[in-house]
Amino acid sequence: MAVVAEQLVDRRESLAEELSGISGRRRTKNTVMTALMFMAVVFVGFALLLVLATVITKGWSIVSGSFPAWFTKDIQLRPRVAGPGMKAAIVGTCVITFTATVIAVPLGIAGAVYLNEYGRNRPFARVLRFLANVMAGVPSIVMGLFIYVFWVVPRGTNGLIGFSGALALACLMLPIVVRSSEEMLRLVPQNLRDASYALGASTSRTTLRVVLPTASPGVISGCLLAVARAAGETAPLIFTIGAAKATNWNVLKGTNTSLSMQIYGNAKESFVTAQERAWGAALTLIALAFLFTVAARLLSARLSRTR
Amino acid sequence: MNTPPVEVPDLRPRRQILDRVFKGSTFGAGALILVVLVLIAWTITHKSLPVFRSEGIGFFTKRKWAPANEVYGALSFIYGTAVTALIAVVISVPISIGIALFTTQVAPSWLKKWLVSLTDLVAVVPSVVFGLWGIIFLAPKLVHVYKTMHGWFGGWPVLGHLFGPASAGRTFMTAGLILSVMITPIITSIAREVIETTPQTDRDGALALGATRWEMITGAVLPHSIGGIVGAVMLGLGRAMGETIAVALVIGSSATITANLFSSGDSLPSVIAFQWGEATSEIKRSALIAMGLTLFILTIVVNLTATAVVNRATKRVQGA
Repeated sequence: MAVVAEQLVDRRESLAEELSGISGRRRTKNTVMTALMFMAVVFVGFALLLVLATVITKGWSIVSGSFPAWFTKDIQLRPRVAGPGMKAAIVGTCVITFTATVIAVPLGIAGAVYLNEYGRNRPFARVLRFLANVMAGVPSIVMGLFIYVFWVVPRGTNGLIGFSGALALACLMLPIVVRSSEEMLRLVPQNLRDASYALGASTSRTTLRVVLPTASPGVISGCLLAVARAAGETAPLIFTIGAAKATNWNVLKGTNTSLSMQIYGNAKESFVTAQERAWGAALTLIALAFLFTVAARLLSARLSRTR
Repeated sequence: MNTPPVEVPDLRPRRQILDRVFKGSTFGAGALILVVLVLIAWTITHKSLPVFRSEGIGFFTKRKWAPANEVYGALSFIYGTAVTALIAVVISVPISIGIALFTTQVAPSWLKKWLVSLTDLVAVVPSVVFGLWGIIFLAPKLVHVYKTMHGWFGGWPVLGHLFGPASAGRTFMTAGLILSVMITPIITSIAREVIETTPQTDRDGALALGATRWEMITGAVLPHSIGGIVGAVMLGLGRAMGETIAVALVIGSSATITANLFSSGDSLPSVIAFQWGEATSEIKRSALIAMGLTLFILTIVVNLTATAVVNRATKRVQGA
């Protein structure tokens, strides 16, 4: 239907032009505005390309220039000394983001299940839905301050650990996961639930065996996008993980660091050596974030095809 | 076929318990959002109290920020937050709406997918990377642009104040420019969704009456989706106000209130991030947390208004 209608519209447009019922001024205005819309696309595309090109060219020379060392050595202590190694930050980003994911994703999906399978249109569910929107708009730096006051301060210097950073990132991810998962659960046809109930399954069994598997492509890709977002965050970590330069796999003990923190810290320095480290870390971080995004796309495409 | 009948145990009581446990735990997870929000408000308000006790309302009205003398006025940071967010919105709105319109009304369907991916990609770039690019690559190049613009417009009545003398590349304007790129994806994606709800009959009707595509857009698409677009812009404004790291790196970090957009300044989130490391005294930390509270309240007000506007717009549209 829509295709036919579009073709009709196209034909009508060309017909109108043939009859030259449109004055030159109106036609020029139309062309100019279309060109301006296109310019907007070009502007953002150009900006993105420029950022990516700078990061890739500057970052690549650092990462490849000190190839294995970049991934295997700890971070140089003095900013003005050129030194290889970003392992501590790579490990930090991975373990902190992983911990945050383990906390936020199950809770977020469970919250979405409540909203869509139990709460529906009850007043409390509506309030929660509204609050999820509010929470998604809270700036990430406020999450960092909150975890600092709530979690780090009572523990003193022992509070500056990877786990605190993970908590802050989890607060950031939770509303994103809830919102995107609920959206996906809502798309599951009611027929499937009814069929499951008719076979005698309880709500919990229906949700776990029918609804969630059906919605899984969308739910998983939503979660991966939240992970990609969290992996790139800096602000919540400033208050929570301290400043380490050595690799720390343990999120429960000792200060930590992350790629984003290394970029932030080194970008502020005026030494070229430090700035180069920042570019290298930026390339590594972008590669990680894009990996997650691409994985999200592929996974959701694949899962939805097998169904 | 020939399997013998199996004795089916009655699972009902156990199942009901499991079902209730499951329901209870999902309820708990959902309620966690409420709990966390209340905790955020409670804890950061509590930790802000020391500075409010010593400064009173002056915290919001004083422009002087001198931690060495224990003077804490946040006005210049509130000003900086507002100015950078406004610059970002002013630049980003025409661009985002342009992209949304181009994607939905002009582009053929094969291009549409790519355009959606393009805006999504911008959202994936971490803010600290934008900040790094801004401070090392963009800011030094912009100094010349700012000086040229000051040369052109310096004598003009209003623009002369806005485009004042520039001494460095790290300014309100640079921060606003970076922010405008960063909030474009959020405005574009919401605007796109709203625009796509325009009934096909409205568009066809406009075209059938002989309207050009642009006239169809201004006559049918925009009136239909204006409410949603306003909401989208406000959500972008909220995002721009809370953005920390990119702004912290390119705004220049000086507490100033001036109409000159080419002057360095500071914003609430960036001063929190920048001065946190040096803040060892309880009262200075309290002052920084109080700025976080200010930011929390500001963004919530903006976001709530945005949500209300979007909801009203969609209701009106659905009702029509």
